[in-house]
Amino acid sequence: MIELIYLACAVAFIIGLKRMSGPRTARSGNLIAGIGMAVAVVVVLIDEQILNWDTIVAGLLVGTVIGAWAALRVRMTAMPQMVAAFNGSGGIASALVAAVAVIEAGSTPIPVETAVTVMLSIVIGAVTFTGSFVAYGKLQGIVTGRPLLFRGQQVVNGGLTVAAIGVGIWTLTTGEPIGYWVIGAISLVIGVLAVIPIGGADMPVVISLLNSFSGLAAATAGFVITNDALIIGGALVGAAGLILTIQMTEAMNRSLANVLFAGFGTGEGGGAGTMSDRPVKRAVAEDAAVTLGYAQSVMIVPGYGLAVAQAQHAARDLAEALEERGIRVHYAIHPVAGRMPGHMNVLLAEADVPYEQLLDLEQADPMLAQIDAVLILGANDVVNTSARDDPGSPIYGMPILNVDRAGTVIVVKRSLSPGFAGIDNPLFYNDNTLMYFADAKDALEQTLVALRDV
Amino acid sequence: MNELVVGIVVFVLAAFVGFEVISKVPPTLHTPLMSGANAISGITILGAVTAAGLGLGTAAQILGFLAVVTATVNVVGGFLVTDRMLAMFRRPRDRQRDDK
Repeated sequence: MIELIYLACAVAFIIGLKRMSGPRTARSGNLIAGIGMAVAVVVVLIDEQILNWDTIVAGLLVGTVIGAWAALRVRMTAMPQMVAAFNGSGGIASALVAAVAVIEAGSTPIPVETAVTVMLSIVIGAVTFTGSFVAYGKLQGIVTGRPLLFRGQQVVNGGLTVAAIGVGIWTLTTGEPIGYWVIGAISLVIGVLAVIPIGGADMPVVISLLNSFSGLAAATAGFVITNDALIIGGALVGAAGLILTIQMTEAMNRSLANVLFAGFGTGEGGGAGTMSDRPVKRAVAEDAAVTLGYAQSVMIVPGYGLAVAQAQHAARDLAEALEERGIRVHYAIHPVAGRMPGHMNVLLAEADVPYEQLLDLEQADPMLAQIDAVLILGANDVVNTSARDDPGSPIYGMPILNVDRAGTVIVVKRSLSPGFAGIDNPLFYNDNTLMYFADAKDALEQTLVALRDV
Repeated sequence: MNELVVGIVVFVLAAFVGFEVISKVPPTLHTPLMSGANAISGITILGAVTAAGLGLGTAAQILGFLAVVTATVNVVGGFLVTDRMLAMFRRPRDRQRDDK
Protein backbone atom coordinates (compact mmCIF):
# COMPACT_ATOMS: atom_id res chain seq x y z
CA MET A 1 0.00 0.00 0.00
CA ILE A 2 2.71 2.45 1.04
CA GLU A 3 4.63 1.53 -2.12
CA LEU A 4 1.61 2.48 -4.21
CA ILE A 5 1.39 5.90 -2.61
CA TYR A 6 5.10 6.44 -3.33
CA LEU A 7 4.43 5.39 -6.92
CA ALA A 8 1.66 8.00 -7.13
CA CYS A 9 4.14 10.60 -5.87
CA ALA A 10 6.64 9.56 -8.54
CA VAL A 11 3.91 9.87 -11.17
CA ALA A 12 3.21 13.37 -9.84
CA PHE A 13 6.88 14.22 -10.48
CA ILE A 14 6.66 12.94 -14.05
CA ILE A 15 3.43 14.84 -14.76
CA GLY A 16 4.94 17.92 -13.14
CA LEU A 17 8.05 17.78 -15.31
CA LYS A 18 5.93 17.13 -18.39
CA ARG A 19 3.84 20.23 -17.72
CA MET A 20 7.03 22.27 -17.43
CA SER A 21 7.46 22.00 -21.19
CA GLY A 22 5.11 24.94 -21.83
CA PRO A 23 4.96 28.35 -20.14
CA ARG A 24 1.19 28.07 -19.67
CA THR A 25 1.20 24.77 -17.81
CA ALA A 26 4.60 25.06 -16.13
CA ARG A 27 3.48 26.67 -12.89
CA SER A 28 0.80 24.07 -12.26
CA GLY A 29 3.38 21.38 -13.09
CA ASN A 30 5.66 22.64 -10.36
CA LEU A 31 2.72 22.69 -7.96
CA ILE A 32 1.79 19.08 -8.81
CA ALA A 33 5.36 17.94 -8.21
CA GLY A 34 5.39 19.88 -4.94
CA ILE A 35 2.17 18.23 -3.78
CA GLY A 36 3.65 14.84 -4.66
CA MET A 37 6.64 15.67 -2.49
CA ALA A 38 4.47 16.84 0.42
CA VAL A 39 2.40 13.64 0.31
CA ALA A 40 5.56 11.53 0.23
CA VAL A 41 6.90 13.31 3.32
CA VAL A 42 3.64 12.86 5.23
CA VAL A 43 3.59 9.16 4.31
CA VAL A 44 7.15 8.58 5.47
CA LEU A 45 6.40 10.33 8.76
CA ILE A 46 3.41 8.06 9.38
CA ASP A 47 4.91 4.86 8.04
CA GLU A 48 8.38 4.80 9.57
CA GLN A 49 8.82 3.73 13.16
CA ILE A 50 10.09 7.11 14.24
CA LEU A 51 11.71 7.02 17.64
CA ASN A 52 12.80 10.60 18.00
CA TRP A 53 10.31 13.06 16.66
CA ASP A 54 12.04 16.11 18.10
CA THR A 55 15.09 15.68 15.86
CA ILE A 56 12.94 15.38 12.75
CA VAL A 57 10.55 18.20 13.56
CA ALA A 58 13.46 20.48 14.42
CA GLY A 59 15.20 19.53 11.17
CA LEU A 60 12.10 20.14 9.07
CA LEU A 61 11.50 23.52 10.72
CA VAL A 62 15.08 24.74 10.38
CA GLY A 63 15.27 23.54 6.77
CA THR A 64 11.95 25.17 5.85
CA VAL A 65 12.95 28.51 7.34
CA ILE A 66 16.34 28.53 5.58
CA GLY A 67 14.93 27.30 2.26
CA ALA A 68 11.97 29.67 2.21
CA TRP A 69 14.07 32.63 3.29
CA ALA A 70 16.64 32.00 0.58
CA ALA A 71 14.03 31.34 -2.12
CA LEU A 72 11.94 34.41 -1.40
CA ARG A 73 14.70 36.96 -1.12
CA VAL A 74 17.05 35.87 -3.91
CA ARG A 75 17.28 38.21 -6.87
CA MET A 76 16.56 36.75 -10.29
CA THR A 77 20.04 37.75 -11.40
CA ALA A 78 21.50 35.51 -8.68
CA MET A 79 19.45 32.48 -9.70
CA PRO A 80 22.41 30.38 -10.96
CA GLN A 81 24.14 30.45 -7.58
CA MET A 82 20.85 29.83 -5.77
CA VAL A 83 20.21 26.68 -7.81
CA ALA A 84 23.82 25.62 -7.19
CA ALA A 85 23.37 26.04 -3.43
CA PHE A 86 20.12 24.02 -3.38
CA ASN A 87 21.85 21.37 -5.48
CA GLY A 88 24.69 21.10 -3.03
CA SER A 89 22.23 20.92 -0.16
CA GLY A 90 20.39 17.96 -1.70
CA GLY A 91 23.67 16.26 -2.54
CA ILE A 92 25.01 16.30 1.00
CA ALA A 93 21.63 15.14 2.32
CA SER A 94 21.93 11.99 0.19
CA ALA A 95 25.49 11.40 1.36
CA LEU A 96 24.40 11.82 4.99
CA VAL A 97 21.60 9.27 4.53
CA ALA A 98 24.23 6.77 3.43
CA ALA A 99 26.51 7.80 6.30
CA VAL A 100 23.79 7.01 8.83
CA ALA A 101 23.39 3.59 7.17
CA VAL A 102 27.11 3.01 7.85
CA ILE A 103 26.65 3.91 11.54
CA GLU A 104 23.53 1.75 11.73
CA ALA A 105 25.48 -1.27 10.50
CA GLY A 106 28.05 -0.74 13.26
CA SER A 107 30.80 -3.33 13.22
CA THR A 108 28.76 -5.82 11.16
CA PRO A 109 30.12 -5.65 7.61
CA ILE A 110 27.55 -4.32 5.13
CA PRO A 111 26.69 -6.86 2.39
CA VAL A 112 28.66 -6.13 -0.78
CA GLU A 113 25.78 -5.03 -3.01
CA THR A 114 24.46 -2.60 -0.40
CA ALA A 115 28.00 -1.44 0.37
CA VAL A 116 28.52 -0.42 -3.25
CA THR A 117 25.35 1.71 -3.27
CA VAL A 118 26.33 3.25 0.08
CA MET A 119 29.71 4.20 -1.34
CA LEU A 120 28.22 5.61 -4.55
CA SER A 121 25.75 7.65 -2.54
CA ILE A 122 28.53 9.05 -0.35
CA VAL A 123 30.84 9.78 -3.31
CA ILE A 124 28.24 11.41 -5.59
CA GLY A 125 26.59 13.30 -2.74
CA ALA A 126 29.89 14.65 -1.39
CA VAL A 127 31.21 15.67 -4.82
CA THR A 128 27.89 17.38 -5.57
CA PHE A 129 28.06 19.22 -2.24
CA THR A 130 31.54 20.75 -2.47
CA GLY A 131 31.36 21.13 -6.25
CA SER A 132 28.12 23.06 -6.01
CA PHE A 133 29.36 25.34 -3.27
CA VAL A 134 32.55 26.14 -5.18
CA ALA A 135 30.31 26.99 -8.17
CA TYR A 136 28.20 29.11 -5.79
CA GLY A 137 31.33 30.90 -4.60
CA LYS A 138 32.47 31.59 -8.16
CA LEU A 139 29.09 32.91 -9.26
CA GLN A 140 28.65 34.99 -6.11
CA GLY A 141 32.14 36.43 -6.56
CA ILE A 142 33.49 34.96 -3.29
CA VAL A 143 35.91 32.76 -5.24
CA THR A 144 37.49 34.12 -8.41
CA GLY A 145 35.50 33.23 -11.52
CA ARG A 146 38.73 32.66 -13.42
CA PRO A 147 39.92 29.10 -13.77
CA LEU A 148 42.31 28.24 -10.92
CA LEU A 149 44.99 25.91 -12.15
CA PHE A 150 48.07 24.65 -10.42
CA ARG A 151 50.91 22.51 -11.62
CA GLY A 152 50.09 18.82 -11.62
CA GLN A 153 46.41 19.39 -10.96
CA GLN A 154 45.35 16.56 -13.25
CA VAL A 155 47.83 14.25 -11.52
CA VAL A 156 46.43 15.16 -8.10
CA ASN A 157 42.84 14.62 -9.27
CA GLY A 158 43.76 11.33 -10.90
CA GLY A 159 45.64 10.23 -7.79
CA LEU A 160 42.72 11.06 -5.53
CA THR A 161 40.32 9.15 -7.78
CA VAL A 162 42.60 6.10 -7.76
CA ALA A 163 42.94 6.40 -3.98
CA ALA A 164 39.14 6.53 -3.56
CA ILE A 165 38.71 3.43 -5.71
CA GLY A 166 41.49 1.66 -3.80
CA VAL A 167 39.95 2.47 -0.42
CA GLY A 168 36.59 1.37 -1.83
CA ILE A 169 37.89 -2.07 -2.78
CA TRP A 170 39.68 -2.40 0.56
CA THR A 171 36.47 -1.51 2.39
CA LEU A 172 34.45 -4.04 0.39
CA THR A 173 36.88 -6.85 1.16
CA THR A 174 37.58 -6.06 4.82
CA GLY A 175 34.21 -4.53 5.78
CA GLU A 176 35.98 -1.89 7.87
CA PRO A 177 33.54 1.04 8.40
CA ILE A 178 36.41 3.56 8.54
CA GLY A 179 36.77 3.14 4.76
CA TYR A 180 33.44 4.86 4.11
CA TRP A 181 34.53 7.96 5.99
CA VAL A 182 37.85 8.09 4.15
CA ILE A 183 36.05 7.83 0.81
CA GLY A 184 33.69 10.61 1.88
CA ALA A 185 36.59 12.89 2.81
CA ILE A 186 38.40 12.22 -0.49
CA SER A 187 35.17 12.90 -2.40
CA LEU A 188 34.71 16.27 -0.69
CA VAL A 189 38.20 17.27 -1.86
CA ILE A 190 37.58 15.97 -5.39
CA GLY A 191 34.43 18.11 -5.63
CA VAL A 192 36.44 21.25 -4.87
CA LEU A 193 39.31 20.41 -7.20
CA ALA A 194 36.97 19.43 -10.03
CA VAL A 195 35.13 22.76 -10.17
CA ILE A 196 37.94 25.17 -9.20
CA PRO A 197 39.63 24.99 -12.65
CA ILE A 198 36.42 25.70 -14.57
CA GLY A 199 35.87 29.27 -15.79
CA GLY A 200 32.76 31.34 -15.14
CA ALA A 201 31.58 31.20 -18.75
CA ASP A 202 31.38 27.41 -18.54
CA MET A 203 29.12 27.52 -15.49
CA PRO A 204 25.93 26.64 -17.44
CA VAL A 205 27.48 23.24 -18.13
CA VAL A 206 28.73 22.77 -14.57
CA ILE A 207 25.40 23.69 -12.99
CA SER A 208 23.54 21.30 -15.32
CA LEU A 209 25.96 18.50 -14.56
CA LEU A 210 25.81 19.04 -10.80
CA ASN A 211 22.02 19.03 -11.10
CA SER A 212 22.27 15.64 -12.75
CA PHE A 213 24.59 14.48 -9.95
CA SER A 214 22.18 15.56 -7.22
CA GLY A 215 19.58 13.34 -8.90
CA LEU A 216 21.98 10.41 -9.06
CA ALA A 217 22.85 10.94 -5.40
CA ALA A 218 19.16 10.73 -4.48
CA ALA A 219 18.73 7.60 -6.62
CA THR A 220 21.69 5.85 -4.97
CA ALA A 221 20.33 6.83 -1.55
CA GLY A 222 17.11 5.15 -2.73
CA PHE A 223 19.06 1.94 -3.29
CA VAL A 224 20.56 2.23 0.20
CA ILE A 225 17.19 2.51 1.97
CA THR A 226 15.30 0.48 -0.70
CA ASN A 227 12.79 3.16 -1.63
CA ASP A 228 11.49 3.34 -5.21
CA ALA A 229 10.33 6.96 -4.85
CA LEU A 230 13.94 8.05 -4.40
CA ILE A 231 15.12 5.87 -7.27
CA ILE A 232 12.48 7.20 -9.68
CA GLY A 233 12.76 10.85 -8.60
CA GLY A 234 16.55 10.66 -8.69
CA ALA A 235 16.65 8.99 -12.10
CA LEU A 236 14.32 11.64 -13.55
CA VAL A 237 16.53 14.45 -12.31
CA GLY A 238 19.69 12.64 -13.36
CA ALA A 239 18.32 12.31 -16.90
CA ALA A 240 17.08 15.92 -16.97
CA GLY A 241 20.43 17.30 -15.88
CA LEU A 242 22.29 15.13 -18.35
CA ILE A 243 20.15 16.27 -21.30
CA LEU A 244 20.67 19.92 -20.46
CA THR A 245 24.40 19.33 -20.00
CA ILE A 246 24.64 17.77 -23.45
CA GLN A 247 22.61 20.61 -24.98
CA MET A 248 24.93 23.18 -23.40
CA THR A 249 28.14 21.53 -24.60
CA GLU A 250 26.64 21.17 -28.09
CA ALA A 251 25.78 24.87 -28.06
CA MET A 252 29.46 25.57 -27.41
CA ASN A 253 30.67 22.95 -29.90
CA ARG A 254 32.87 21.42 -27.21
CA SER A 255 33.01 18.07 -25.52
CA LEU A 256 32.10 17.64 -21.88
CA ALA A 257 35.68 16.53 -21.20
CA ASN A 258 36.98 19.75 -22.72
CA VAL A 259 34.72 21.85 -20.49
CA LEU A 260 35.65 19.93 -17.35
CA PHE A 261 39.37 19.43 -17.81
CA ALA A 262 40.74 22.01 -20.22
CA GLY A 263 40.99 24.91 -17.75
CA PHE A 264 39.33 26.96 -20.49
CA GLY A 265 39.80 30.71 -20.34
CA THR A 266 43.22 30.94 -18.73
CA GLY A 267 44.32 33.12 -21.62
CA GLU A 268 46.67 30.51 -23.04
CA GLY A 269 44.58 30.13 -26.19
CA GLY A 270 45.50 31.78 -29.46
CA GLY A 271 44.27 35.21 -30.40
CA ALA A 272 44.23 36.65 -26.89
CA GLY A 273 45.32 40.24 -26.70
CA THR A 274 46.78 40.32 -30.19
CA MET A 275 44.53 43.04 -31.54
CA SER A 276 43.91 45.22 -28.51
CA ASP A 277 45.79 48.19 -29.97
CA ARG A 278 43.47 48.47 -32.93
CA PRO A 279 41.13 51.48 -32.92
CA VAL A 280 37.45 51.12 -32.14
CA LYS A 281 34.58 53.49 -32.85
CA ARG A 282 33.32 54.86 -29.57
CA ALA A 283 29.73 55.86 -29.02
CA VAL A 284 27.79 57.74 -26.36
CA ALA A 285 24.08 57.69 -25.49
CA GLU A 286 23.15 60.14 -28.27
CA ASP A 287 24.81 57.96 -30.94
CA ALA A 288 23.02 54.88 -29.67
CA ALA A 289 19.69 56.74 -29.57
CA VAL A 290 20.05 57.96 -33.16
CA THR A 291 21.05 54.52 -34.46
CA LEU A 292 18.22 52.76 -32.68
CA GLY A 293 15.62 55.49 -33.16
CA TYR A 294 15.98 55.56 -36.94
CA ALA A 295 16.08 51.79 -37.35
CA GLN A 296 13.08 49.77 -38.49
CA SER A 297 14.13 46.61 -36.74
CA VAL A 298 16.25 46.12 -33.62
CA MET A 299 17.67 42.91 -32.16
CA ILE A 300 18.77 42.98 -28.53
CA VAL A 301 21.43 40.43 -27.55
CA PRO A 302 21.67 40.07 -23.76
CA GLY A 303 24.55 38.42 -21.93
CA TYR A 304 25.93 38.03 -18.43
CA GLY A 305 26.65 41.79 -18.28
CA LEU A 306 22.89 42.37 -18.28
CA ALA A 307 22.55 40.23 -15.18
CA VAL A 308 25.49 41.85 -13.41
CA ALA A 309 24.10 45.34 -14.08
CA GLN A 310 20.51 44.28 -13.16
CA ALA A 311 19.58 45.94 -16.44
CA GLN A 312 16.62 43.78 -17.48
CA HIS A 313 13.99 46.40 -16.59
CA ALA A 314 15.95 49.17 -18.29
CA ALA A 315 16.20 47.00 -21.41
CA ARG A 316 12.44 46.46 -21.42
CA ASP A 317 11.82 50.23 -21.00
CA LEU A 318 14.04 51.08 -23.95
CA ALA A 319 12.50 48.31 -26.07
CA GLU A 320 9.00 49.65 -25.33
CA ALA A 321 10.02 53.18 -26.24
CA LEU A 322 11.37 51.86 -29.55
CA GLU A 323 8.20 49.90 -30.20
CA GLU A 324 6.12 53.02 -29.62
CA ARG A 325 8.03 54.55 -32.51
CA GLY A 326 6.93 51.63 -34.70
CA ILE A 327 10.24 49.78 -34.53
CA ARG A 328 10.16 45.97 -34.39
CA VAL A 329 12.16 44.73 -31.41
CA HIS A 330 13.26 41.16 -30.68
CA TYR A 331 15.67 39.57 -28.26
CA ALA A 332 18.17 36.95 -29.43
CA ILE A 333 19.03 34.46 -26.70
CA HIS A 334 22.08 32.29 -27.24
CA PRO A 335 21.85 28.92 -25.42
CA VAL A 336 24.91 29.65 -23.28
CA ALA A 337 24.28 33.35 -22.62
CA GLY A 338 24.48 34.01 -18.90
CA ARG A 339 25.54 31.60 -16.21
CA MET A 340 22.89 28.90 -16.45
CA PRO A 341 20.65 27.54 -19.20
CA GLY A 342 17.73 29.90 -19.73
CA HIS A 343 19.22 32.53 -17.37
CA MET A 344 18.42 35.44 -19.75
CA ASN A 345 14.87 34.23 -20.31
CA VAL A 346 14.14 34.36 -16.58
CA LEU A 347 15.58 37.87 -16.22
CA LEU A 348 13.57 39.19 -19.16
CA ALA A 349 10.43 37.44 -17.92
CA GLU A 350 10.96 39.22 -14.61
CA ALA A 351 10.97 42.50 -16.52
CA ASP A 352 7.65 41.48 -18.16
CA VAL A 353 9.11 41.06 -21.63
CA PRO A 354 6.59 38.85 -23.49
CA TYR A 355 8.25 35.51 -24.13
CA GLU A 356 7.08 35.61 -27.75
CA GLN A 357 9.71 38.34 -28.32
CA LEU A 358 12.52 36.05 -27.20
CA LEU A 359 14.13 34.18 -30.09
CA ASP A 360 16.59 31.33 -29.77
CA LEU A 361 19.75 30.98 -31.84
CA GLU A 362 18.11 29.11 -34.73
CA GLN A 363 15.29 31.63 -35.02
CA ALA A 364 17.32 34.79 -34.53
CA ASP A 365 20.45 34.13 -36.54
CA PRO A 366 18.87 33.99 -40.04
CA MET A 367 17.04 37.24 -39.29
CA LEU A 368 20.18 39.21 -38.48
CA ALA A 369 21.06 40.11 -42.09
CA GLN A 370 17.75 42.00 -42.32
CA ILE A 371 18.11 43.75 -38.96
CA ASP A 372 19.04 47.44 -38.98
CA ALA A 373 20.52 47.71 -35.51
CA VAL A 374 21.77 45.18 -33.00
CA LEU A 375 22.14 46.15 -29.34
CA ILE A 376 24.54 43.89 -27.44
CA LEU A 377 24.17 44.12 -23.68
CA GLY A 378 27.08 42.55 -21.84
CA ALA A 379 27.42 39.58 -24.19
CA ASN A 380 30.79 38.71 -25.68
CA ASP A 381 31.71 35.14 -26.51
CA VAL A 382 28.31 34.35 -28.08
CA VAL A 383 28.87 37.10 -30.69
CA ASN A 384 32.62 36.56 -31.12
CA THR A 385 33.30 36.29 -34.85
CA SER A 386 36.60 34.48 -34.26
CA ALA A 387 34.48 31.43 -33.41
CA ARG A 388 33.50 31.52 -37.07
CA ASP A 389 36.60 32.92 -38.80
CA ASP A 390 39.71 32.01 -36.83
CA PRO A 391 40.58 28.29 -36.77
CA GLY A 392 43.25 29.09 -34.15
CA SER A 393 40.73 30.49 -31.68
CA PRO A 394 39.92 28.35 -28.65
CA ILE A 395 36.21 28.84 -29.29
CA TYR A 396 36.46 28.12 -33.03
CA GLY A 397 33.41 26.18 -34.20
CA MET A 398 31.02 27.41 -31.51
CA PRO A 399 27.76 28.50 -33.18
CA ILE A 400 27.41 32.26 -32.68
CA LEU A 401 24.89 34.97 -33.40
CA ASN A 402 26.32 36.52 -36.58
CA VAL A 403 25.52 40.07 -35.54
CA ASP A 404 28.13 41.55 -37.89
CA ARG A 405 25.70 40.83 -40.75
CA ALA A 406 23.25 43.42 -39.39
CA GLY A 407 23.31 47.09 -40.35
CA THR A 408 24.89 48.56 -37.24
CA VAL A 409 26.05 46.86 -34.07
CA ILE A 410 26.10 48.72 -30.76
CA VAL A 411 28.11 46.93 -28.09
CA VAL A 412 27.43 48.02 -24.53
CA LYS A 413 30.32 46.84 -22.41
CA ARG A 414 32.14 48.15 -19.39
CA SER A 415 35.57 48.06 -21.02
CA LEU A 416 37.46 46.54 -23.90
CA SER A 417 38.79 43.77 -21.69
CA PRO A 418 38.06 40.32 -23.05
CA GLY A 419 35.32 38.31 -21.37
CA PHE A 420 35.64 35.31 -19.10
CA ALA A 421 36.99 33.22 -21.93
CA GLY A 422 39.84 35.70 -22.26
CA ILE A 423 39.55 35.89 -26.03
CA ASP A 424 39.70 39.12 -28.02
CA ASN A 425 36.62 39.80 -30.13
CA PRO A 426 37.25 41.03 -33.73
CA LEU A 427 33.63 42.22 -33.85
CA PHE A 428 34.59 45.22 -31.70
CA TYR A 429 36.92 46.60 -34.39
CA ASN A 430 34.50 46.34 -37.33
CA ASP A 431 33.47 49.45 -39.25
CA ASN A 432 29.79 48.90 -38.45
CA THR A 433 30.39 48.37 -34.75
CA LEU A 434 29.97 51.14 -32.17
CA MET A 435 31.47 50.56 -28.73
CA TYR A 436 29.52 52.14 -25.89
CA PHE A 437 31.66 51.75 -22.78
CA ALA A 438 29.32 51.84 -19.80
CA ASP A 439 27.44 49.76 -17.29
CA ALA A 440 24.50 48.20 -19.16
CA LYS A 441 21.85 49.76 -16.93
CA ASP A 442 23.33 53.28 -17.08
CA ALA A 443 23.75 53.01 -20.84
CA LEU A 444 20.14 51.93 -21.37
CA GLU A 445 18.73 54.64 -19.13
CA GLN A 446 20.80 57.37 -20.78
CA THR A 447 19.93 56.11 -24.25
CA LEU A 448 16.26 56.23 -23.31
CA VAL A 449 16.62 59.87 -22.25
CA ALA A 450 18.53 60.71 -25.43
CA LEU A 451 15.88 58.97 -27.53
CA ARG A 452 13.33 61.65 -26.60
CA ASP A 453 15.30 64.22 -28.62
CA VAL A 454 15.66 62.00 -31.69
CA MET B 1 14.32 -10.94 -8.49
CA ASN B 2 16.14 -9.46 -5.58
CA GLU B 3 15.69 -5.88 -4.44
CA LEU B 4 18.82 -4.60 -6.12
CA VAL B 5 17.79 -5.87 -9.54
CA VAL B 6 14.28 -4.48 -9.16
CA GLY B 7 15.82 -1.16 -8.16
CA ILE B 8 18.06 -1.12 -11.23
CA VAL B 9 15.08 -1.90 -13.50
CA VAL B 10 13.10 0.96 -11.95
CA PHE B 11 16.08 3.30 -12.26
CA VAL B 12 16.69 2.57 -15.94
CA LEU B 13 13.02 2.88 -16.90
CA ALA B 14 12.65 6.13 -14.94
CA ALA B 15 15.75 7.56 -16.62
CA PHE B 16 14.22 6.86 -20.04
CA VAL B 17 10.99 8.54 -18.98
CA GLY B 18 13.09 11.49 -17.85
CA PHE B 19 14.86 11.72 -21.20
CA GLU B 20 11.55 11.61 -23.08
CA VAL B 21 9.83 14.20 -20.91
CA ILE B 22 12.70 16.68 -20.69
CA SER B 23 13.95 16.72 -24.26
CA LYS B 24 10.83 18.62 -25.32
CA VAL B 25 11.27 21.55 -22.94
CA PRO B 26 11.97 24.83 -24.82
CA PRO B 27 15.13 26.80 -23.88
CA THR B 28 12.98 29.59 -22.41
CA LEU B 29 12.08 27.33 -19.51
CA HIS B 30 15.46 25.73 -18.90
CA THR B 31 16.22 27.64 -15.70
CA PRO B 32 12.88 26.89 -13.98
CA LEU B 33 13.09 23.32 -15.28
CA MET B 34 16.48 22.90 -13.70
CA SER B 35 15.42 24.39 -10.42
CA GLY B 36 12.19 22.36 -10.44
CA ALA B 37 14.10 19.16 -11.18
CA ASN B 38 16.50 20.12 -8.42
CA ALA B 39 13.59 20.37 -5.99
CA ILE B 40 12.48 16.88 -7.02
CA SER B 41 15.96 15.53 -6.25
CA GLY B 42 15.15 16.65 -2.70
CA ILE B 43 13.09 13.43 -2.54
CA THR B 44 16.09 12.20 -0.59
CA ILE B 45 14.25 13.89 2.31
CA LEU B 46 12.43 10.54 2.73
CA GLY B 47 15.77 8.89 3.38
CA ALA B 48 16.78 11.73 5.68
CA VAL B 49 13.62 11.40 7.79
CA THR B 50 14.05 7.63 7.95
CA ALA B 51 17.70 7.97 8.97
CA ALA B 52 16.99 10.60 11.60
CA GLY B 53 14.12 8.55 13.01
CA LEU B 54 16.17 5.44 13.71
CA GLY B 55 17.05 6.61 17.20
CA LEU B 56 20.70 5.55 17.01
CA GLY B 57 23.53 7.17 18.98
CA THR B 58 24.55 10.81 19.11
CA ALA B 59 26.69 10.79 15.95
CA ALA B 60 23.88 9.26 13.86
CA GLN B 61 21.46 11.68 15.52
CA ILE B 62 23.54 14.68 14.42
CA LEU B 63 24.07 13.38 10.88
CA GLY B 64 20.36 12.52 10.59
CA PHE B 65 19.39 15.98 11.77
CA LEU B 66 21.74 17.60 9.23
CA ALA B 67 20.34 15.35 6.49
CA VAL B 68 16.78 16.46 7.30
CA VAL B 69 17.80 20.13 7.37
CA THR B 70 19.70 20.06 4.07
CA ALA B 71 17.08 17.97 2.27
CA THR B 72 14.31 20.29 3.50
CA VAL B 73 16.25 23.34 2.31
CA ASN B 74 16.49 21.66 -1.09
CA VAL B 75 12.78 20.78 -1.25
CA VAL B 76 11.20 23.93 0.18
CA GLY B 77 13.66 26.35 -1.41
CA GLY B 78 13.59 24.55 -4.74
CA PHE B 79 9.83 24.47 -5.19
CA LEU B 80 9.34 28.04 -3.91
CA VAL B 81 12.00 29.58 -6.13
CA THR B 82 10.70 27.68 -9.16
CA ASP B 83 7.20 28.96 -8.48
CA ARG B 84 8.54 32.50 -8.18
CA MET B 85 10.20 32.20 -11.57
CA LEU B 86 7.27 30.57 -13.32
CA ALA B 87 4.86 33.20 -12.01
CA MET B 88 6.76 35.67 -14.19
CA PHE B 89 6.20 33.75 -17.43
CA ARG B 90 2.81 35.19 -18.32
CA ARG B 91 1.09 35.92 -21.58
CA PRO B 92 0.39 39.59 -22.41
CA ARG B 93 -3.35 38.93 -22.00
CA ASP B 94 -2.89 37.54 -18.49
CA ARG B 95 -0.72 40.49 -17.67
CA GLN B 96 -3.40 43.02 -18.68
CA ARG B 97 -5.99 41.11 -16.69
CA ASP B 98 -3.77 41.02 -13.61
CA ASP B 99 -3.01 44.70 -13.85
CA LYS B 100 -6.66 45.68 -13.75
